[in-house]
Amino acid sequence: MPGRAARQGEAVMLIRRAPDMKWSEVTDEKLYLGRRQFLQTTAGVAMAAAAGASIGCSTVSADDQLPGRKLSYKEGPFGTTEKETPYKDVTTYNNFYEFGTGKSDPAQNAGTLVTSPWSIQIDGECAKKGTYHLDDLIKPYQLEERIYRMRCVEAWSMVIPWVGFPLASLVKQCAPTPKAKYVKFTTLYNPVQMPGQNVPVLKWPYVEGLRMDEATNPLAILAVGLYGHTLPNQDGAPIRLVTPWKYGFKGIKSIVKIEFVEKQPLNTWQQTRPNEYGFYANVNPHVDHPRWSQATERRIGEFFRRPTLMFNGYGDQVASMYAGMDLRKYF
Amino acid sequence: MTTTRWIRWVLKPALFTAALVPVAYLIWAALTGNLTANPIQELEHETGLWTLRFVCLTLAVTPLRRVTGWNSLIRFRRMLGLYAFFYGTLHLLTYVVLDQFFAFQTMLVDVTKRPYITVGFAGFVLMIPLAITSTAGMIRRLGGRRWNLLHRLIYVTAVAGVVHYWWLVKADERSPERYALAVGVLLGFRLLYLAWKSRSRLAPAPAAAGGRTPFRLDAERDASLD
Ligand code: HEM
Repeated sequence: MPGRAARQGEAVMLIRRAPDMKWSEVTDEKLYLGRRQFLQTTAGVAMAAAAGASIGCSTVSADDQLPGRKLSYKEGPFGTTEKETPYKDVTTYNNFYEFGTGKSDPAQNAGTLVTSPWSIQIDGECAKKGTYHLDDLIKPYQLEERIYRMRCVEAWSMVIPWVGFPLASLVKQCAPTPKAKYVKFTTLYNPVQMPGQNVPVLKWPYVEGLRMDEATNPLAILAVGLYGHTLPNQDGAPIRLVTPWKYGFKGIKSIVKIEFVEKQPLNTWQQTRPNEYGFYANVNPHVDHPRWSQATERRIGEFFRRPTLMFNGYGDQVASMYAGMDLRKYF
Repeated sequence: MTTTRWIRWVLKPALFTAALVPVAYLIWAALTGNLTANPIQELEHETGLWTLRFVCLTLAVTPLRRVTGWNSLIRFRRMLGLYAFFYGTLHLLTYVVLDQFFAFQTMLVDVTKRPYITVGFAGFVLMIPLAITSTAGMIRRLGGRRWNLLHRLIYVTAVAGVVHYWWLVKADERSPERYALAVGVLLGFRLLYLAWKSRSRLAPAPAAAGGRTPFRLDAERDASLD
């Protein structure tokens, strides 16, 4: 499609290089095949279910009306029984400045994002450098549903049923070298598809990072869907980070590059306002944002504010990683 | 119809109704679930914006009057100012009732410790005496000169509103910048006008003779006309 390539401009040409390697080549065969077999069985189950539906058993849930492609996944750990935030709210109230700074801008403007084909560059201190097709990249992994709380730094929160796979699995696959101390993520830079990037509100492209132990913590996932379907563009399609014990801005969206680095990456919000946003951004009711309180939050859909929990309630899983650290200093 | 009657029976009621459109819209949107997924914050933002907009409109009356020479514009100023106070009150109520639900402890910390709230709060408090003294009786009682001086507090409210807004945005400062520009122009006009007037007063011009303060007389006449 030369026409589209021309429209997308040079920036894309640089970032969206054609994949130069197949992920299956770097994935260990057993894992790869295991995933394929799983897909085949789930496909069988899905077909049976579909057949059931067509002969009148009402197995079709409201979920089936959702936009996006339906995903197959298993139930994952760390779930919460709290009420899930309605799909409409999760997909119309977003912070994704690449599509505008208003909360409803992303839902209105993200239609221009082209998420397929999508490739991700793996780079830096690791053995498996290369550019991979997203489909190939995620093929080896069993998708799981993770129902997580999401706490925005602006003191509102949601409960979102993500579909994804542990970031740890991908990190392992990339075979990082001993020099790899941090993982750095980068969002697509393409002002044509992401019109918000024409405005220098933040320095583009958006960058985020995790310490190696954070990236391999079982809670951290790369999400490719929510509510059982592929991610809507405004929620970070086609692939985004989810770290539920951190403020929402750590969850970088529409990732095109994952790098293993020795030095702590300068994440975009820290770069923009270093006195207000740090590298860690762990949810912490005791450390206020310099301009507002973080002690309470408003759960979307609720009237009363509720107390914010340390590490957003995931202390059992993550607190040990920060033992001995002054969380006022490393906010 | 004379101009006076036209203003009184047509234009003022029209302005009165138009100024209610934002709150009517907000109520409709709240009832029909059209205030985003976070309606309380949306109400807080919208009422804040309308407060600032009405402050700016109020401040625009005098410059417009001087530029266009249409002195009757002054007759709309009080209503605009009171609407600024009205939306400011809604803004404060949204914060106290909906956002904080009377958590006085938290609000006290907010007002004393968070500069953007301190400034916004000051801006609102300064509007209270202006609303109270907006009647014809009050103007007469205070005397035009003092009334005039007191009502310059609106300049402080305007600046406070802009600073409040500037300090609360996360990164996108384009909208507060626009309001800063608007308030800057509106206040700058007054400075320029003052400079120009004092220069022409230095000259042996008739302007010095009367010592008439058109501002005072107009405000008083307007107030007593209703
Ligand atoms: C009565 C004391 C006041 C309080 C307690 C107060 C509080 C607040 C709060 C909590 C917000 C929302 C902040 C956020 O969500 O991040 C806000 C927004 C705002 N307020 Fe106030 N405020 C006050 C007075 C004022 C006054 C006097 C003005 C104007 C002259 C004003 C104009 C605004 C504006 C323009 C916004 C932002 C709207 C937006 O983001 O779209 N506020 N205020």
